[in-house]
Amino acid sequence: MPKRIDVLICGGAACLSSHSDEVRAAIVREIEAHGLGKEVRVVETGCMGPCELGPVMVVYPDGAFYIRVSPQDAREIVEEHFLKGRPVQRLLWETPEARRIIEERKQVPFFAKQKKVVLANCGLIDPENIEEYIAADGYTALGKVLTEMSPQEVVEEIAASGLRGRGGAGFPTGRKWKFVADAPGSVKYVVCNGDEGDPGAFMDRSLLEGDPHAVIEGMTIAAYAVGASRGYIYVRAEYPLAIKRLKIATTAARGMGLLGEDILETGFSFDIELRMGAGAFVCGEETALIASIEGKRGQPRPRPPYPAVQGLFERPTLINNVETFGNIRHIILNGADWFRSIGTEASPGTKVFALSGKVINTGLVEVPMGTTLRELIFGIGGGIPDGKEFKAVQTGGPSGGCIPAEHLDTPIDYESLQALGAIMGSGGVIVMDEDNCMVNLARFFLEFTASESCGQCVPCRVGLPAMLEILERISRGAGRPDDLDRLEQLAETVQRASLCGLGQTAPNPVLSTLRYFREEYEEHIREGRCRAKVCTALVRYWIDPEACRGCDQCRRACPVEAISGTPGKPPYVIDEGMCVRCGTCREVCPFSAIEILDRR
Amino acid sequence: MDAVQIDNPKFRELERIIGKYRTIDGPLIEVLHKAQGIFGYIPPEVERFVAKELKIPLSTVHGVVTFYNFFRTQPQGKHVINVCLGTACHVKGASRVVEILREELGIGIGETTKDGRFTLTAVRCVGACGLAPVMMIDDEVYGRLDREKIKKVLAEYRE
Repeated sequence: MPKRIDVLICGGAACLSSHSDEVRAAIVREIEAHGLGKEVRVVETGCMGPCELGPVMVVYPDGAFYIRVSPQDAREIVEEHFLKGRPVQRLLWETPEARRIIEERKQVPFFAKQKKVVLANCGLIDPENIEEYIAADGYTALGKVLTEMSPQEVVEEIAASGLRGRGGAGFPTGRKWKFVADAPGSVKYVVCNGDEGDPGAFMDRSLLEGDPHAVIEGMTIAAYAVGASRGYIYVRAEYPLAIKRLKIATTAARGMGLLGEDILETGFSFDIELRMGAGAFVCGEETALIASIEGKRGQPRPRPPYPAVQGLFERPTLINNVETFGNIRHIILNGADWFRSIGTEASPGTKVFALSGKVINTGLVEVPMGTTLRELIFGIGGGIPDGKEFKAVQTGGPSGGCIPAEHLDTPIDYESLQALGAIMGSGGVIVMDEDNCMVNLARFFLEFTASESCGQCVPCRVGLPAMLEILERISRGAGRPDDLDRLEQLAETVQRASLCGLGQTAPNPVLSTLRYFREEYEEHIREGRCRAKVCTALVRYWIDPEACRGCDQCRRACPVEAISGTPGKPPYVIDEGMCVRCGTCREVCPFSAIEILDRR
Repeated sequence: MDAVQIDNPKFRELERIIGKYRTIDGPLIEVLHKAQGIFGYIPPEVERFVAKELKIPLSTVHGVVTFYNFFRTQPQGKHVINVCLGTACHVKGASRVVEILREELGIGIGETTKDGRFTLTAVRCVGACGLAPVMMIDDEVYGRLDREKIKKVLAEYRE
């Protein structure tokens, strides 16, 4: 039953952290108090995208986009806007970006140029209500394949679409499906890889939370195509909301005969079980993920045999990423040709990115493949905050690389990113400015991969800590002249000799920063200088006597009593021998009198 | 179950859950999640109990518990502070957040305050990168952290 006003409140992870649930409760309370319960519908949706501005809320039919709403604003919104029809100006987001999002949401779905394909429903429907999903053409694709298409035709359609795995490696999805469909065996499995372990990536989380049925439908279609009767969704334990919504969604789908025995009375049966990860990055690797679902330590094993032939519980298994499954229903409904009309020849379709770091608009975006990095970071992301200079963009997480400014016009697709020494990865895009040190960043990723190495094969277990040791030495200013050559040698060995993707790709952040920012490494080694002033061993803190007013705040805040001076009698002085370079004084100084200088 | 465990309602609860999970394929990790939910952590006697009930070697259970970051073998403080050390938080100064928490609480990563109120741990990414730098206290996410905000948030949990 349509209502006079629809209120969509974002229930994505970032907005929930900014207490969008309290905003929703307050709005509902005010609606009831004003007797508008029959006229206004309040829906908690999945992520709308502009996480930085949360909690966000959109009101239809006028499409007013409210940002940073607090529970105290509820009464004003209800009285002024819902009752009197006057949107609350002070909370409106009135920028071109806002207008774009609003206009996009008014469009009819499946518009030729529209960018939101996988995220079409995210932020628009209530993810906990299966009927809203069905109203948005949900489960129509499943109905179509079960009644009009043979399993072979489904595999062929997916193959023809050119869809490639959205988990990062970009393997053709249709080919993978065919391997599993052709594999002998009566029991087969479909597994959804929702172990989004890359730091800086939250695409899968947003899709699972915002449109869980799309993933379930994609998996069910895949199961029909490859002949599987059981499925597993493996989700990180760090994503409790995604787990909750998936539970609600699978239960609802079962209740409507869209999952379980005899789906849509066609005789086809398929059911899905949820499995929680337990915090191990390596479990994103498919054979490690399989071991984890089996209840074992998540250690990868050599391939072949590939999971398509011998996977979960030794049976043929299809493993695809969350976003890959999210594409399936759209391809079935609109056809392979339509899908190919978006994106590039070799990488058709769209890609969802999680944009974060030093960029003005952080959040979730979906763009056609082939969009340039510049468009993504400066066009959609709004550029770098605080007037700082762009330095690099990191894609692909711990397996990826850093791309410098001169390659910003590179179109985003699997091959071109790889040619730059980065990878597409699952879609985390982290922007860095002049204040970020590339040596420090490489060290950060190696710390990560070295500690997440499962310890099974020697190149990864021993090689990564050896590389890390060199990087730590360089950060301390104790780098040796041949350290960079040594790093490259080690990197090559680890790449070539490691058993699984974790080790094979772990050197990428080091190699790509060496490739584009070698002079920064050299400065650390030769001059003992960190130009970004990040490596604490290479900097010193200094109080500018001209700017110091003798307020005594720094002296009181210093945890090691390294600052001396008399109140009212500037300047204060830092004892460099005692200073631990924690930066506390600089934070508390009201006159910006404390500067970070090169140590030498 | 030995005599002590029969009297312990937590073990009775765990036994009931294991009964439910015994029929699924590869139940160990699911059971350990539930066990940690009941006990707050996984002490040796719980490992032994799970091994016996599921008829899995104790070495296998211990191997799984120690492999995954999510499983804890030590009791936790009343509130668990998880500082996100993901990439977005890193480039926005997560190491400062750790430093400030160390100053405020007097403990480092992996430690618990003497009064048992806070345990400080690190996570890789909580997927709230738009709000970086962030920390989680229990199930609550706090973003856009600076010294002032951290102090304010900690004060709420000290009451």
